[in-house]
Amino acid sequence: MNDALKQALSAYLIALADDELILGHRDSEWTGHAPILEEDIAFANLALDEIGHARLWYELAADLVGADKARYPDQQVYFRPASGFRCLQLVELPKGDWAFSMLRQYLFDAFEQHCLAGLVTSQHKPLADVAARILNEELYHLRHTRAWVPRLGQGTAESHRRMQAALDELWPYAQGLGAPLPGELESLEARLVPGSSSLFDIWSREVTTFLSESGLQVPPADRNVIADRAVHSEYFGALIADLQQVAQLDPEAQW
Amino acid sequence: MVDVRVRPSVGEIWAALAEVPDPEMPSVNLVELGIVRDLDWVGPSLRVTITPTFAACPAYEVMGDDIRRRIGQLGVSQVEVLVRHDPPWTSEWITEEARLKLKAAGLAPPPHHRGNLIQVLLDPVACPRCGSTNTSLRNSFGTTPCRMIYTCNDCKEPFEQFKPL
Repeated sequence: MNDALKQALSAYLIALADDELILGHRDSEWTGHAPILEEDIAFANLALDEIGHARLWYELAADLVGADKARYPDQQVYFRPASGFRCLQLVELPKGDWAFSMLRQYLFDAFEQHCLAGLVTSQHKPLADVAARILNEELYHLRHTRAWVPRLGQGTAESHRRMQAALDELWPYAQGLGAPLPGELESLEARLVPGSSSLFDIWSREVTTFLSESGLQVPPADRNVIADRAVHSEYFGALIADLQQVAQLDPEAQW
Repeated sequence: MVDVRVRPSVGEIWAALAEVPDPEMPSVNLVELGIVRDLDWVGPSLRVTITPTFAACPAYEVMGDDIRRRIGQLGVSQVEVLVRHDPPWTSEWITEEARLKLKAAGLAPPPHHRGNLIQVLLDPVACPRCGSTNTSLRNSFGTTPCRMIYTCNDCKEPFEQFKPL
């Protein structure tokens, strides 16, 4: 792999990692606050998994750019300015109510499942190995959210109202999943990663059917798309300040 | 620095590692869970390769410390613990003996899936206490990343299952 391609693939992996890190951070905000004990445990586990997956992607990126694998994830997470992150606004949005967080998790994980299935056949063997690891773990996420989305969508008038409101708000942001990630075009050409737009078509059909079966009205797709990973939401600065403040108080601290 | 003449044998090291309990499931050890993958000498340093069960397993740093401490008791001061995810850990690596120990500790062992994880997730899970398969999944997540929560509808007890992976 030449240097330009290594740079492209590392940019792609950092964007993937940023999505998982920020979603994991939002999930972690449910710890101690979920509506029932089982869901408290579930969201804490989802958060742990997503942040653990982010760490694996950052480590793979470190290997590509020749950085110190042990330090690189912390450097990226705690010492990068907010403007350097490349996550989707979909994962930045505040956790909202429980319906909102559950639906976002479903929409994200349903896409990730297809993305990981593509990454398993990557020509970059270390990436294919990590993807295989994560793919099996994500089966448990999807099983969990697929159990809750129809339950809430068809549960009570209140749960339905909240799920529909969550879907209406999330849908334009979820369209961002189909936009190419940084470095994707070069990496796709070298058969290192799958193409987001083709994954998006599969995802779109799948989730539209599932959401309809869950009693929800899927909004039209072309209304508004929020896909630019270099542009962050109004909520992101506060999230990063919260995430980084302790580490930045004493960057040399030994944990 | 270990004098090569007094180096413990590979067999002695494996035996010592088989005394290192899993930090979160102390009834089983790191060798029978399939977490310790490989041992080799790199100059004066012993390298122990481990594969954590889950990518985000928060216990793997504790495992590294426990491994270094136990190997240190054999007189080896330089121990490198390398984390490897290739091939990814699978519950198929858990030995039959460890499965019995898990069950005795009240934790349902993971079923054998031979690569077909989705199918095995649909199969009934036997209660580790009374053996009934009349059980219900309460939560795909549990007290650690590698467990999930069930209730037995016969003996009415909640229990956890080690996730098939």
